[in-house]
Amino acid sequence: MKLEDTKDIAAPRTVVWEAILNPEVLKTCIPGCQELTGSVEDGFEAVVIQKVGPVKATFKGQVTLSDIKVSESLLLTGEGKGGPAGFAKGAAKVSFADTDEGGTRLTYDVEAKVGGKLAQLGSRIIDGFTKKLADQFFERFQDGLEEPVETENADEEGEKPKKGWLKRMFN
Amino acid sequence: MAADGGMGFATKRREDVRFLTGRGKYTDDYSPANTTYCAFARSTVANGTIKSIDVSAAAEMPGVVAVFTGEDFVEVGGNPAGWAIVSRDGDPMKEPKRPVLAHGKVRHVGDAYAAVIAESLAEAMDAVEAIEADIEELEAVVNMADALANNDVLVHDEIGTNQCFDWGWIEDNRAATDEAIKNAPHVTTLELVNNRLVPNAMEPRCSIGEYDPGTGDYKLTTTSQNPHLTRLLISAFVMGIPENKLTVHAPDVGGGFGSKIYHYGEEALVLAAAKKLGRPVKWTSTRTEAFLSDAHGRDHVTKIELACETDGTFIAFRTETMANVGAYLSNFSTATPTFLHGTLMAGNYTVPNVYVNVKAVFTNTAPVDAYRGAGRPEATFSLERVIDKAARELGINPVEIRRKNFVKPDQYPFASAAGLEYDSGNYDALMDGLEKHADLAGFEARAAESAKNGKLRGLGVNSYIEACGIAPSNLVGVLGSRVGLYDAATVRVNATGNISVMVGAHSHGQGHETAFPQVVADMLGVDPMSVEIVHGDTSKIPFGMGTYGSRSLAVCGSAVYRATEKIIKKATLIAAHMMEDSAENVDFADGEFSVKGTNKKVGFGEVALKAYIPHDFPIEDIEPGLEETAFYDPANFTYPSGAYACEVEVDPDTGKVDICSMVAMDDFGNVVNPMIVTGQVQGGLAQGIGQALLEHGVYDENGQLLSGSLMDYAMPRADDLPNLVVDHSYATECTHNPIGVKGCGEAGAIGSPPTVVNAVVDALQRGGHDVEHIDMPVSPARVWEAMNG
Repeated sequence: MKLEDTKDIAAPRTVVWEAILNPEVLKTCIPGCQELTGSVEDGFEAVVIQKVGPVKATFKGQVTLSDIKVSESLLLTGEGKGGPAGFAKGAAKVSFADTDEGGTRLTYDVEAKVGGKLAQLGSRIIDGFTKKLADQFFERFQDGLEEPVETENADEEGEKPKKGWLKRMFN
Repeated sequence: MAADGGMGFATKRREDVRFLTGRGKYTDDYSPANTTYCAFARSTVANGTIKSIDVSAAAEMPGVVAVFTGEDFVEVGGNPAGWAIVSRDGDPMKEPKRPVLAHGKVRHVGDAYAAVIAESLAEAMDAVEAIEADIEELEAVVNMADALANNDVLVHDEIGTNQCFDWGWIEDNRAATDEAIKNAPHVTTLELVNNRLVPNAMEPRCSIGEYDPGTGDYKLTTTSQNPHLTRLLISAFVMGIPENKLTVHAPDVGGGFGSKIYHYGEEALVLAAAKKLGRPVKWTSTRTEAFLSDAHGRDHVTKIELACETDGTFIAFRTETMANVGAYLSNFSTATPTFLHGTLMAGNYTVPNVYVNVKAVFTNTAPVDAYRGAGRPEATFSLERVIDKAARELGINPVEIRRKNFVKPDQYPFASAAGLEYDSGNYDALMDGLEKHADLAGFEARAAESAKNGKLRGLGVNSYIEACGIAPSNLVGVLGSRVGLYDAATVRVNATGNISVMVGAHSHGQGHETAFPQVVADMLGVDPMSVEIVHGDTSKIPFGMGTYGSRSLAVCGSAVYRATEKIIKKATLIAAHMMEDSAENVDFADGEFSVKGTNKKVGFGEVALKAYIPHDFPIEDIEPGLEETAFYDPANFTYPSGAYACEVEVDPDTGKVDICSMVAMDDFGNVVNPMIVTGQVQGGLAQGIGQALLEHGVYDENGQLLSGSLMDYAMPRADDLPNLVVDHSYATECTHNPIGVKGCGEAGAIGSPPTVVNAVVDALQRGGHDVEHIDMPVSPARVWEAMNG
């Protein structure tokens, strides 16, 4: 399973770069993350609860950041074992570039694979699931960084922050 | 002949009374006192090195009684292959050890590496989760061509290759076949895949081990088609338990289709655990485990060439096949793609040259072994698809090209170019019947009607021959079989005249409990309901080779016949004594013994009673009792054959295939119970249609089974099937067994897949699509792609 996407974040590249190295940010952004301990240098230990189709499991595993080129790119890899539910592994190559608007363009290239019960029972839905997880991660990441902007622009109809941000962009 | 219910009567199946009222007794229904429950830790990776297994936390879990790993079975033997194949270069096949539990390496997803025994199943399952296994995932090899081309990734490091064997059949015919193809005016070539199937018997596997410390006796209650073979393998190869200390009992079994012929590691484990714990140990497979660990079926990739004259006369068939054996050799995995496949590659035809090459390949997938049809569906599919293509290329009607090459009734016994001697058959007669039953002449009108409805209609025809009741022992021994292929039966006439028949065949859907008594009752002139079949228990039955390969009636039924003949012979002696005459003067008919030319007679029941109350027997001439055993070793296979037709409608917008009709004309020789035979054919057709349209066991490139549940693996349902027209009224008797029967259990699954695919390709061709072949399952996506790709 592979997917590629980009996200434009209304924050400067240095801010975005620092954020992705921050364990608290990672913990907030990894969907279903219950615990995340460790450091960029030594890697992180994570506990993630996820439900894929009929399989719900607690995954324990490692998250590591490698191939670090400051403010340019890094490789985010994760491997989680869910006991009888099987395992999930993924790697995201994330690149950072400036946008014309002074924000940051995040480009990510994700490769994921699953094994065990997750593969046997979830193969029909695993592609969509992987995309959902990746999207959630980067959306949360984006939302987190843009929070101050969103607070300012949140309108009364309760539109999604993302929309608010887009509206601001085009106004 | 019995008044009612003898040979040829459509007697309702007596076993259905208990099956249909919930009174069947399956293995899982048995829970001896003090039973413990077993759950397995199974690999989630397809290939990996076991670096460590820490069971300490699991052992501390509530209710846990014991934990086993592969380490505990290092000294124990491996589960062997039952048939030794010799490669073309004379080398023996590669035969890596198949351990009870994986040790050192795991080789497929689902490979069991540890087992927990606990007071309850839930506790055992919980504790499995607490096992800390450090298994380093290695690259897996899944694709057969990759496995052969590249030795970087090996399923078994110690053999240095992924090729189990490279077999040629018949190697001496190779040069002549090559030459014939080179010089032939027309050669049709087809590359095809015979899709991997997951057996999915309704009842998953289940095994209960017991050990009596007082006597040293073991008992294994298990879901087996073949309890004596399981006992033999455990005794002689795996655990060394003497056969007289081990009972294997297979009670009611809810379907096998081949997957329960074999001995599996779980059976050895529950026995070993029972001995260690002194308590019964029970394991019941979950459906997920069944998908991962039952022996799968088929999985061949074949290139077939048909050389023929421009008038359609066949000159030669040549095939190259890769056959997946998975990660370990299951008991008959080496016989299935070879002697059950290559020997059928002349089909129903007088073709003079046949050469078959089969490379068996280890991959990081579940073992693959015999599944309903076992090699013959693969042979039939290759032959009948390439014949259809050749007919199209040569502009010959597919019925006519087959008829042109059929073995004719006056040619029997017929030595086929693939090494078998067909004893009887009449393929033209079956095709005549098919043309009538399936109204082949009316097809064009039906196609026009379908076209009006926007559908593409296609017609597929097929003829098949198969070989049942694999035999004889002296021949199969030469060919590499490590077992004999006879069967045994004991007929015990009790003092009050009722009869117990102990048979080595095992009934798990075949209706033996009804059909076998019909044979005995017919011979003895007694009420069939007074005859009871005992099967599935090694402690009650002399010996047996189980049920597979449509052999039960032809081989074990013949043993029953022979034993009953011995009963008649002895009873005649007793009757002669009772009537104070000599045995030569005594006739037996309709259950009565009579002295020729007199009105003296005694009934069978009186003779039976006398046999057990021998107050005045001449003991030196007649032993008391009335019980006889026969071992029957057939002289040859039996050769059922058939002609099938299928009509389909393809929706050109979606690629969906609807089967409009399926007609099966089969020659099974004599038929003991036509209703049971019809049911067997219907079931086979359903499975064949399932393979053709729906079923597919799929592994991804990492060796993960993607079709690992009934949500992902499409089994045929009632609404996928048309009305199945089954006719087995035309028969040529088997010439070498005493009942003249052939075998019907697999026919439907052998004959139907090529019939369906032939029909789909025909529909697309008629619709103007230049489609030569679509691999099974012929799913809407594949059909749509073929039309639009």
